[in-house]
Amino acid sequence: MSASAPAILVRDLHKAYGDHEAVRGIDFEVATGEVFGLLGPNGAGKTTTVEILEGYRSRSGGIVSVLGHDPGQRARALRERVGIVLQSTGMYRHITPREALAHFARIYPRPRDVEEVIRISGLVEKADAYVRTLSGGQRRRLDLALALVGDPELIFLDEPTTGFDPAARRNAWEVIRSLQELGKTILLTTHYLDEAQALCDRVAIVKDGRILAEGAPGELGAASTRYRVAWRGPEGEMQSRELEDPTALLHQLTSAALARGESLQDLSVTRPSLEDVYLELTAEEPEEALRG
Amino acid sequence: MADAVVIAYRQWRLERRMFWRNPTAAFFSFVLPLLFLFLFGAIFSNDQETLDVIVPGILGLSVMSTTFSALAMNITFLREEGVLKRIHGTPMPPVSYLAGVAANAVSNAAFQVVIVVLAGRLFFGIGWPKDWLELAVFAVVGVATLAALGVAFSHVIPNFDAAPAYTNIVFLPVIFISGVFYDVDTAPQFLTDIARVLPLTHVIDGFSAAMVSGAALSDHVGDLAVVAAWGAFGAIFAVRGFSWESRRS
Repeated sequence: MSASAPAILVRDLHKAYGDHEAVRGIDFEVATGEVFGLLGPNGAGKTTTVEILEGYRSRSGGIVSVLGHDPGQRARALRERVGIVLQSTGMYRHITPREALAHFARIYPRPRDVEEVIRISGLVEKADAYVRTLSGGQRRRLDLALALVGDPELIFLDEPTTGFDPAARRNAWEVIRSLQELGKTILLTTHYLDEAQALCDRVAIVKDGRILAEGAPGELGAASTRYRVAWRGPEGEMQSRELEDPTALLHQLTSAALARGESLQDLSVTRPSLEDVYLELTAEEPEEALRG
Repeated sequence: MADAVVIAYRQWRLERRMFWRNPTAAFFSFVLPLLFLFLFGAIFSNDQETLDVIVPGILGLSVMSTTFSALAMNITFLREEGVLKRIHGTPMPPVSYLAGVAANAVSNAAFQVVIVVLAGRLFFGIGWPKDWLELAVFAVVGVATLAALGVAFSHVIPNFDAAPAYTNIVFLPVIFISGVFYDVDTAPQFLTDIARVLPLTHVIDGFSAAMVSGAALSDHVGDLAVVAAWGAFGAIFAVRGFSWESRRS
């Protein structure tokens, strides 16, 4: 395997459950050391895609390579190099985080130091408490800690911060950034746009089993040819409009304000954000939205 | 290979530690057979013939409840909780995991054997087992078979809410038919015929020979063969059909 080979390569991936096609031809690559995000609403096919890459599910078609392995073969050599945070998993109840980490660390050939993992995942105070007494957020930190304890090269994070309070989320982001600095490759799924924006080098927006857009979070919006103009109207309410060329609108707004002898409040001219692109791409069809 | 054995050993140690931390499970495993022994001991205290049947029977019941029932329920619980799925994402060799879990059940069964043998000697006039080797052989083969059948049976159980019902609908008829509380040969013919097919009957026959009558192991090769056949059947289904994820997800 050459140094430039991608950590993850997915070509024309398909997955059907009976008649239902959950994944309908997905392609992407994740370079070594990159943080790649799969962004999309629930049921878009994110988790199915990730679980195929993790080796939990078989695929109906397409090519998948993870660190040079076909994950469907479930080679132990691959699992020794991969850390997984699933969307929901349980842990034994009558065990402490320190014991759990020590136990799982020993399955890997070159584990990280357990005390260090406890520290970076924010579990110092709960390291010796039974898992059954941990809160949802604390259990999620343990999930992350267990994924890191084998010192993996590639880490899958399926909605890693769901259920976190804002402080815990920031902390998790710091951990993920520190992993990136260590040169780890990360595949993240999320439906938080700020999370994708804050962490990912590149994101793919997924809906109905297909990738609708792919690129750096900042560029996805900038690639759009439209501008978004927002301002505070004379009655004090915020207004906004999106258009290709804002020149005429800006002229109109400024002259109207000058004529009234007022200043124009809260004026902004922006390219659509990742959020705008996301909402536009993942919007339900009108009739579906009415039915839903 | 050596590595897989070491991992299995560590899994077993972890299971032991967790077992003692869950007082309800620990209580049930050890108090239930004692309770049965003392109840029947009190009822039949003057009837040595019946005690001779019941004490090995209670040992069979205890072994089945700590292996078959406990494993069927635990595996279902761990599967539904997602613990199995997590383990499946690590480099843990599946064989090591299953061996560690089964060894935990075997440890509990070993405790039961000690408790019942001691109680038989101290309170029920049975004396020390006549044939220790025979007792050990039937304990090992019986426990391994019932453990494998417990893991295999967990595949049939749809979810944890249903686990006690599924487990007991097998456990309760089997302990009655297999002659835990009476001598199988005195039962109606159709029940005797069913009993002769079930593994627990033959495990209890072996215990009875080893503890009470002293009939030689060579006279009970047939019993051993039936139990081993069930064991092979259970082991194949336990491993081949093993599912790491609940069907709900």
